[in-house]
Amino acid sequence: MAHFDTTTNAGQILAAASGGRRRRGDRIFSNTAVIAAVTILALLAGVAVFLLTEGLPALTASASELPNHESFLSYVAPLAFGTALAGVLAMIIAVPLAIAVALFITHIAPPRIAMTLGYLVDLLAAIPSIVYGLWGIFVLGPAAVPVMKWLEEKLGFIPFFKGPASITGRTMLVVGLVLAVMILPIVSAVAREVFSQTPRKLQEGAQALGATRWETIRTTVLPFGRSSVISGAMLGLGRALGETMAVAIILSVSGGVTFNLISQANPSTIAANIALNFPESSGLAINALIATGLVLFAITLATNFVARLIIARSEIK
Amino acid sequence: MTPPPADAATLSTRSVLAGEGKRGGTLPSWAPWGALVGALIFCAAVEAALGWFTIALMLVFGALVGIVAIYAWSRAVEGSRRAKDRAITMAIASAFGIAMAPLISLLYEVIKRGAAGLSWEFFTSDARGVVGGGGAAHALVGTLVITGCAVVISVPIGIMAAIYMNEYGRGPLRRALTFFVDVMTGIPSIVAGLFAYALFELFFGPGIQMGIMGSVALTVLMIPIVIRSAEEVLKIVPNHLREASYALGTPKWKTITKVVLPTAFAGLVTGVMLATARIIGETAPLLVTTGVVDSLNANPLSGRMQNLAVYAYNEYRSPGVMKQASYDRAWAAALTLIAIVMILNVIARLVYRRYKTEIR
Repeated sequence: MAHFDTTTNAGQILAAASGGRRRRGDRIFSNTAVIAAVTILALLAGVAVFLLTEGLPALTASASELPNHESFLSYVAPLAFGTALAGVLAMIIAVPLAIAVALFITHIAPPRIAMTLGYLVDLLAAIPSIVYGLWGIFVLGPAAVPVMKWLEEKLGFIPFFKGPASITGRTMLVVGLVLAVMILPIVSAVAREVFSQTPRKLQEGAQALGATRWETIRTTVLPFGRSSVISGAMLGLGRALGETMAVAIILSVSGGVTFNLISQANPSTIAANIALNFPESSGLAINALIATGLVLFAITLATNFVARLIIARSEIK
Repeated sequence: MTPPPADAATLSTRSVLAGEGKRGGTLPSWAPWGALVGALIFCAAVEAALGWFTIALMLVFGALVGIVAIYAWSRAVEGSRRAKDRAITMAIASAFGIAMAPLISLLYEVIKRGAAGLSWEFFTSDARGVVGGGGAAHALVGTLVITGCAVVISVPIGIMAAIYMNEYGRGPLRRALTFFVDVMTGIPSIVAGLFAYALFELFFGPGIQMGIMGSVALTVLMIPIVIRSAEEVLKIVPNHLREASYALGTPKWKTITKVVLPTAFAGLVTGVMLATARIIGETAPLLVTTGVVDSLNANPLSGRMQNLAVYAYNEYRSPGVMKQASYDRAWAAALTLIAIVMILNVIARLVYRRYKTEIR
């Protein structure tokens, strides 16, 4: 950064040496830049403040005034559970695949086609979530029905697959799969970045010792990228937690708390619950939905914060 | 670690280094492909014999059998370390294939089902007063207007903030901005929509729905993307260009507007287009801000406004009497959205390739 300051100083000295008109131009321009910066901070503060002011009536209202006549906490708790379940499920499915995709692009695919493959993975991120929702309900869901039936019959002793298996495919498992596809590009982009930055000398050292490609990857690339991959997974989790439309379309909800992934009765997620109920709500119900949005905001904020913390730590090292 | 073989002296150095052990052979170069294709044919045959043939199952089982086959073959010829390497390489490649399968399936389904709903009417008429039919012109116009407004708001703020971060900023404000832009990229889209609703409700009362509210919500999502990409391009403008400009006595703001920005121009345009592509398909924030409506409204400042994403959702959620026609229109809207996103992506990359300044 040192050279940076010299240029700034040189600019300031020149500006100071050359009359007021120029300095006014500089002042206007730099003030505009500062205003833009402050606007962004204000915007973010605004998100928190407005959600808080609009959510507060529901937070302070008594249980009898709220929709369904239950306290806000017991309203939001199953939703938060559903959100966490869907997000973690998506992460568990997506992270191993994303690591494999990143390794394939950076270390296994021929360099000639690696860039094209990377572009294909990025395409997954460009597809709107509504399209994923339609694909999930019309294509993946029906295709998953026999698989879930099989899971119920063969693995029904595991609580996750207790069943009865859904006959429509509108289950938590399908939601987890769709969310996994949606967050895969983010996780694999982070992993790709760090895998491609593994120091050449480490890899060449391993190869010189006679390591095969997999041994090179296991001993140099994976340890080098571990913390970034973890933070990438957290970023992906943050995405999955806040994803709305795919869940709102696919999941058939009943509200209860259950770990059963393949049945027709699933807990809803915060985001999907807002999307499904907001258009038909009014009065305090709206405030309650905004308050749940605030809870979602806090959860994703915490997740992202942890991710950034991991990144910052690994950068210091 | 296994003890070295008794006849170690007879092994070549190369074969020891490559982990070939006693059986220092090498598989032919077509071995992985051969194993995979063989496994696929084997699985197809078994499935056909059992009578439950599906492509997905064949691919998954084929990959598994292929991994086992290449491991066994390589272990017999090349030794265990090479075998493990080959098996894991094939596992990673298959995982990549599995990860790409949804993309292929999704594009195929969207094109197949979307084409059924596309028609001249779809693009030219709205759905006002039409029972179970009509087009999506109002949604298309709404998407363009809402996104256009969001771009007009986000781009100046985003690029000026990036200029601040890269050219002026230091100290606490810069650090805060870097941190909070990161935070902002993580805001769930539905939360952005609720924010816009809460903001406007405070001034216009409850139940307010306008196109511009959607734009504000999208702005919250778009600004961090614009800043990130703009900062990235401004960073790679070499310092000697700035210094040369200062040496000629050019004031800083002119250096930025006449030297830095033109150098980074292609990158900035590409970044903005990719950011636009990211937000143009957003549904959730618009569902809570712009509402659902059947007729054409091109004025973002008054009344409800339809857009393609919400249109697709609505055609799916509340299909009319003719269910299939409604679903067809939902898919057609999805296809239109994907087409817009892809076109933006392709143009963005073409612009970058064609107009980027060669930086030496």
